[in-house]
Amino acid sequence: MNTVIIKYNAGNIRSVLFALERLGVEAEVTDDPEKIRHASHVIFPGVGEASSAMRYLHEHGLAEVIRKLKQPVLGICLGMQLLCDSSEEGETACLGIFPQRVLKFRNEENKERRKIPQMGWNTIAGLKGPLFEGLDENEYVYFVHGYYAELSAYTTAQTNFILGYSAALQKDNFYAVQFHPEKSGAAGERILRNFLRI
Amino acid sequence: MLAKRIIPCLDVKDGKTVKGINFENITDVGDPVALAALYAAQGADELVFLDITATHEKRKTMTELVRRVAHQVNIPFTVGGGIGSEEDVAALLDNGADKISVNTAAFRDPGLIGKLARSFGSQCVVLAVDTKMENGEWYVYLNGGRQATNARTLDWVKQAVDLGAGEILLTSMNNDGTKNGFALGITRAVSEAVHVPVIASGGAGTVQHFIDAFKEGKADAALAASIFHYKEIPIPELKKQIRAAGIVVR
Repeated sequence: MNTVIIKYNAGNIRSVLFALERLGVEAEVTDDPEKIRHASHVIFPGVGEASSAMRYLHEHGLAEVIRKLKQPVLGICLGMQLLCDSSEEGETACLGIFPQRVLKFRNEENKERRKIPQMGWNTIAGLKGPLFEGLDENEYVYFVHGYYAELSAYTTAQTNFILGYSAALQKDNFYAVQFHPEKSGAAGERILRNFLRI
Repeated sequence: MLAKRIIPCLDVKDGKTVKGINFENITDVGDPVALAALYAAQGADELVFLDITATHEKRKTMTELVRRVAHQVNIPFTVGGGIGSEEDVAALLDNGADKISVNTAAFRDPGLIGKLARSFGSQCVVLAVDTKMENGEWYVYLNGGRQATNARTLDWVKQAVDLGAGEILLTSMNNDGTKNGFALGITRAVSEAVHVPVIASGGAGTVQHFIDAFKEGKADAALAASIFHYKEIPIPELKKQIRAAGIVVR
């Protein structure tokens, strides 16, 4: 098994590396297309802004590489959003694995005046697929985000914040989570371990 | 539903925890990493490390500590204390900190907040404010509470959030160390004035104080140090009682 973490202009990449180390898994942080293509598992993390991230991925030839991956891929946070068709953040065309749009949490829908971005621990429910094996419904995980993917046929976990949205998506070999498993305590470690077992 | 957060704070000097008594589960209570890992295992939602080192070696010891924490702790953590530049922040985030807090330097140069928000994102820029009530008005204090200003706390936090601060860590100097409860009035006023999360700090002594901070103070999170370090309220018991009061916690 060789796991790679895709290196690009987004923060928080090292947190994922450290989380894997805690699980006893060595991973390589790289932007080398050859290494990414030949990895057994690819993690696509990120905290940042969608349009500048997509620009970087195109400039470094990574957008096409990611689209064509056949091994298990895990998008985290911004990584998940970039796997969708497009994002309202900077009106950005994204990678198009999941045929859906990423939207901004809107104040007009925010009747209870929740603080945006969502920051903190929230529950995931309707859990489906190998990523969530062994996890209980309504497990708490850690979120930091101001944009979200709507519920769709590909939703494998949902969370409620202002409205119900996709906390996780899956299509073929592509898995994606809006929350940060690398910062979500024991539940997050279980999800990372499950991914590496796929 | 988004849970209210419980945040233990660790004061660190020269890479060692300043306060604290012995816990059965760890051998070195002075080691911030061991204490942090214990709190994480007990159900803390986040951690704050406040560096009170005054020497030139400060940045080096802190980045080394941050790296060790990031390797061993599986929940988010914030680092604060004397942070004054983009380079300081880059070094801490590169070594695995999730957020940083700025205080005096941001007040002296508010442009720093915008710079940090643009470079690293608002989500990792916490504005720490030490506040004190005098003649019925809450004012901002600097340098760890040693220096008064004429700035009203509500004005400063609103300005800071407009500039890009993503969270407010509000410490009441009137309440800090008293164990008589959080400063509910100013916490609520700040929470209602800004659209970012507010962490109540200073004065935690009982479980009811946390419940009050969430219900009356409208805080999104509550921070405490000594009640955890001296094992006065174990985190699992604290959360159980908060939950029983109808507040959502993890």
